[in-house]
Amino acid sequence: MPQKPIELILIRQLAGYLSIPIFVVDAEGTLLFYNEPAELLLGRRFDEAGEMKLEVWSTVFLQKDEHGAALPAEALPLFVALRQRRPAHRIIQVTGLDGASKMIEVMAFPVEGQSGQHLGAVAAFWSPEGV
Amino acid sequence: MRITLWGTRGSLPSPGPDTVRYGGNTSCVEVRGEDRTLLILDAGTGIRRLGTALEPGAARVDILLTHLHMDHILGLGFFGPLERSDLEVHIWGPSSTTLDLETRLTRYLAPPLFPVRLYDLPCHLTFHDVPLGDFAIGGFQITAALVCHPGPTVGYRIADEGGVMAYIPDHEPALGVRHLPVPSDWTSGFDLASRADLLIHDAQYGAAEYLQHVGWGHSAITHAIALATAARVKRLIAFHHDPNRSDRALDRLIAGSRGASPLPFSFGAGKEGMRFHLGRPQRA
Repeated sequence: MPQKPIELILIRQLAGYLSIPIFVVDAEGTLLFYNEPAELLLGRRFDEAGEMKLEVWSTVFLQKDEHGAALPAEALPLFVALRQRRPAHRIIQVTGLDGASKMIEVMAFPVEGQSGQHLGAVAAFWSPEGV
Repeated sequence: MRITLWGTRGSLPSPGPDTVRYGGNTSCVEVRGEDRTLLILDAGTGIRRLGTALEPGAARVDILLTHLHMDHILGLGFFGPLERSDLEVHIWGPSSTTLDLETRLTRYLAPPLFPVRLYDLPCHLTFHDVPLGDFAIGGFQITAALVCHPGPTVGYRIADEGGVMAYIPDHEPALGVRHLPVPSDWTSGFDLASRADLLIHDAQYGAAEYLQHVGWGHSAITHAIALATAARVKRLIAFHHDPNRSDRALDRLIAGSRGASPLPFSFGAGKEGMRFHLGRPQRA
């Protein structure tokens, strides 16, 4: 497997030390990593879940808007950050792989590398119940 | 290709009786192709002596900077061939997110920090923001990639028909990593080093010293060995020696880092004047 860009390596290393849940995707939207606090929200250890294509993670983790209506992938902050290359924020309900639903705030931003290369996007989650 | 080490010290030139064997000049490595293409990796103080040894007929020199920390550019203004009007000099190095290489480099090589402006020198000078990826100079195929070190910093992988060398003099692949090696795709510098015949790599600290310098951008010698092992290189040369490390202390560091079982590659510390030849063995 080819080495990840250094910017993503550094983001993963930083995420590993944060208590804020962090979710990292590459430029194609493939889920590369989520940290331990995110594992609590998403209901599965990353080591067990592994990398996932966008079409998979955007449906595996069931996501609804704050009123409980279904959300298409395009409305997810991470998708907006990835495709429109701009920050995005939203309150959503997410149902993790453990079946538990939680209301969370999501803030996502694109990762633009040293040479202006679009390398992916990062989402940070806040849960009213704490992380 | 033929490789000569002209400066192996990190951070600060450190001449004196305690550093005679490994040398006190800062990073500079000559890479010479079979077609006589000349690459100079970094312009630490070692480049001054390289300049005096350069053949008068050379028409072009390519200087590849890994980054612009002072120990890697300190010798540039003292590279004698810059005063030759018949010489083409191409300087390659990383831009930042907002400034090109030329702007960044000439902040130092101009008054008041340096008496002469680079453009006032007689040689034909061209700056190149080094492309992140593959490019060619003469007979060399070169890959530049960002590596973990403060500020924009690249490592180089240089290949020709004779072999592959990787040069990562300032590198902290262990930053934020609990145990090296981690999976190769998450290891800074892995692709540059992968299966290289020769890896010249940062090994500034001992393991205990590293813990006092986390985030400074350098490796413990154990990290260099871990990366070289994971990348399956054939030879590792420890480089960027700490300026406070005497020759005898460096001997002890190298000896102590070998561990109980043999390493799967040839291993030693870089010395000024050390030469390597990557290619088919030559007839006597």
